[in-house]
Amino acid sequence: MSAKQESTKVLCMDKVEKHFGGVRAIDAFSLTLHEGVVYGLIGPNGAGKTTIFNTITGIYTPSAGKIHFYEKDITSIRPFEAAQLGIGRTFQNIRLFSNMSVLDNVVMACSMDADYKMPAAIFRLPKYRKLEKQINEKAMGLLETMGLEDRANERASSLPYGHQRKLEIARAMALNPKLLLLDEPAAGMNADEEIELVEFIKGIHQRFSLTILLIEHHMDVVANLCDHVTALNFGKTIAEGTPAEVKSNQAVIDAYLGVAK
Amino acid sequence: MLNSFQQGVIILVCINVIAVLGMSVLTGFTRLFSFGNAGFMSIGAYASAMLSVRLGMPFIISMVFGAAFAGFIAYLLGSLTIRLKGDYFLITCLGFGESVRVLFNYTRGITGGAAGFAGIPGTTTATIAVVCAVLAFIIAWTFIHSKFGRNLTAIRENEMAADAVGINTFRYKRLSFVFSAVFAGWAGALFAHYMRFITPADFSLAKSCELITTTVIGGLGSLTGSVLGALLVTLLPELFRGLAEYRMFLYGVAVVVVILLKPDGLYGYREFSLKRTINWWRNLPNMIREKSAQRKQRREKRGESK
Repeated sequence: MSAKQESTKVLCMDKVEKHFGGVRAIDAFSLTLHEGVVYGLIGPNGAGKTTIFNTITGIYTPSAGKIHFYEKDITSIRPFEAAQLGIGRTFQNIRLFSNMSVLDNVVMACSMDADYKMPAAIFRLPKYRKLEKQINEKAMGLLETMGLEDRANERASSLPYGHQRKLEIARAMALNPKLLLLDEPAAGMNADEEIELVEFIKGIHQRFSLTILLIEHHMDVVANLCDHVTALNFGKTIAEGTPAEVKSNQAVIDAYLGVAK
Repeated sequence: MLNSFQQGVIILVCINVIAVLGMSVLTGFTRLFSFGNAGFMSIGAYASAMLSVRLGMPFIISMVFGAAFAGFIAYLLGSLTIRLKGDYFLITCLGFGESVRVLFNYTRGITGGAAGFAGIPGTTTATIAVVCAVLAFIIAWTFIHSKFGRNLTAIRENEMAADAVGINTFRYKRLSFVFSAVFAGWAGALFAHYMRFITPADFSLAKSCELITTTVIGGLGSLTGSVLGALLVTLLPELFRGLAEYRMFLYGVAVVVVILLKPDGLYGYREFSLKRTINWWRNLPNMIREKSAQRKQRREKRGESK
């Protein structure tokens, strides 16, 4: 634990609140993420997990509190700016560019690498050619990492579910993210696929020395992947610690199963 | 050579191709529907006509200015309206197109009002029109096949995901809107210098609808499809000319039939490819041979079982 405390802070949420009308979706929620650590976010449905993702990525602006990303205030950032800063994410209900090919899905996420102006594109200047070639190689490389290179030319929507999840991660990785947010990566997967996914996420975590925050309901996935878990209910932290600690925490058990009377 | 009627048809086809290519970028690749592009056409037409007539500018300058001015207006309008979602954006475009028409009707001192603006030099020849259409196609093609087109397609496919991969969706949607307006203005400038006389009624809501319909028929997300659509929609009424008042009816029927049979349009999401067409053509004898062989086999099997 001590080593973790010394490493750089990637993300710092300080008493963040988000209200929808009278509902406090997240309520004075604080969270600090350190570089290179895998964090888990658990909690019953409606606990506010995805809302936290949406406030970090700028889809929602917090009603109160501050969010910092590497010392930079990103409290009222816009979604594309969050991505440009290096916060990659996947969605609970997969959001691919479904009519496009698998390769194009990743290429489309490389727009930051395509640092050329319109004349370069229209006159096909050397700069355009060079950058486009690099982007294609990068996208193909990412697909290879994900084991999707054989399916590069297939339509994204024609991929099996598990592969779609992987492709979404590949697309997020195209941003060269410093922080990766995964919203229920194992949703709808069977036990075998789950094991594969865990290995896969471990792989990219090591390979790209990423900081990962993931939302997950499957406790075995959380236990296998996460170094640190935060349990949430009604938008508030109810427990924190290692997966084992949180799993045996009475408040967490009560939140999931209800309090015995 | 070609008679003036044929030349006229070629010019009209080219003008429509340019306007529809702009529409294709906006509607086909970004999935923003604008029922106001006739408004941008009229801005391009009037701006270039005034420059030619009042200031005696050469055609090329009037044309570039007309297109650029339409783009500038689109930039201002887009800055205000592009954040609106789907139907709301569509309605603001519709309102814009109509208000431009009405404005040109009422500013009699400047535009000649409903009586029209006359005395424009007839500079647009078939050659100029074809060169412009080819140039427009190359620009649209290179634009779409670069990060610009990719980012627009990403917005069409899933706006939230486009945001999540760092695409400034507002800026790119506005860019797409400006692009389509520049092309509409360009088409308008050519139109004015072909007709030599323009009235606001030339650019009514019906014209905007025609542009959208053509784009949808050609195929959303296909530039070659749009060209094909523009060809068909401009030529069909000319072919049916003998049928007089039924031609618009037949045109309407044709639109409905295409949408029913090919909901993605003639070339939905795909570009026309010479290679694929040649391959298909080459394969045709094989395909026929296979089919007949299969039929033969089936017949023989039936014979055996008897």
